Amino acid sequence: MNPETLLPPVLALLGLALVFGALLGYAATAFKVEGNPLVDQINELLPQTQCGQCGYPGCKPYAQSIAEGGPINKCPPGGAGTIHALAKLLDVEEQALDAEHGKEDIRKVAYIREAECIGCTKCIQACPVDAILGSAKHMHTVIVSECTGCDLCVEPCPVDCIDMIPAKNPLQNWHWQRPAPRPAQMQLIASDWMQGASR
Amino acid sequence: MTDILLLLVGAVLVNNFVLTQFLGLCPFMGVSSKLEPALGMAAATTFVLTLTSFFSYLVYRYLLLPLELTHLRTIAFILVIAGVVNFTEMVMKKTSPVLYKVLGIFLPLITVNCAVLAVALLNSNRANSFVESVFYGFGAAAGFSLVLILFSAMRERLAVGDVPEPFKGPAIAMITAGLMSLAFMGFAGLV
Repeated sequence: MNPETLLPPVLALLGLALVFGALLGYAATAFKVEGNPLVDQINELLPQTQCGQCGYPGCKPYAQSIAEGGPINKCPPGGAGTIHALAKLLDVEEQALDAEHGKEDIRKVAYIREAECIGCTKCIQACPVDAILGSAKHMHTVIVSECTGCDLCVEPCPVDCIDMIPAKNPLQNWHWQRPAPRPAQMQLIASDWMQGASR
Repeated sequence: MTDILLLLVGAVLVNNFVLTQFLGLCPFMGVSSKLEPALGMAAATTFVLTLTSFFSYLVYRYLLLPLELTHLRTIAFILVIAGVVNFTEMVMKKTSPVLYKVLGIFLPLITVNCAVLAVALLNSNRANSFVESVFYGFGAAAGFSLVLILFSAMRERLAVGDVPEPFKGPAIAMITAGLMSLAFMGFAGLV
């Protein structure tokens, strides 16, 4: 066989293969996916309390299990809002919260009664988000803006000096505060008297 | 316009790829035991078939024909199909994780679906124009999807039906497919 008849087909197929190879090589770097993007999307919807009430060690592992087709109703801190958002993202049916994992509650933050704290650091080790400040034999305190209200620090405290108190102004149950009722014997200042007199 | 419509009806019903031309039987039998994966397979096949008939037309018309290499079209088309499917999978994984999850394993599996290659080959055999090629590919995929979904819905009912012992499982599925094929033969002469 002479090279003239052999060359065009070889070159054509080689060229085609090169084009597709280059395309795939480009796509492999240009469209590189870091992990499973769906897991990140789900993780963003979870409340990030890292409380472990779902049975997984944190929000990310739970997101992983949802991405693999696990149930979406295991997150009590997120409650119905999170289930709704997850159902919308994954296009699955909404379910009621699985009572086995706890019930929905308002958001709370931990509060350490500092006078009673003995500085044992046990709650610091338990905190999944490093929201407790303190060191051995020194009083501990909670950084309110970091605390997710996961309850995990209550159990290890040997002197039971940690309270879970409702978080101030959590967006889910925030409402206008009513004006304080005017007490009967309120001291009035001079201008009030003046207004009363002119009326 | 009428031509395109006739082409579509011909590809979907009259020359149905599965039941009349007996192409793509492996996914037809393999993925039809439940409705949900069948829907995924149907969607993925439609997507890939339309796209590959588009690209294989370009390769055939602007590479193989000018160089008089039409005898190499089979290997060239396989190259195109594999490349396009892989590329699509990568892009989809990045841009639409949900769709990627729905289509899942079916997307790469379609690479070896003979219906895809058949559409490319038939397009070149029939000397379809560019628009015709794309619509022929889409029609073939729509026909494949139609019978796959119908068949999987039937098999879901058959699974709980009172089927005689020797006919249970694949046997009754084969018989059902045969009957469906007979029914689709009835469309012959429609176009």
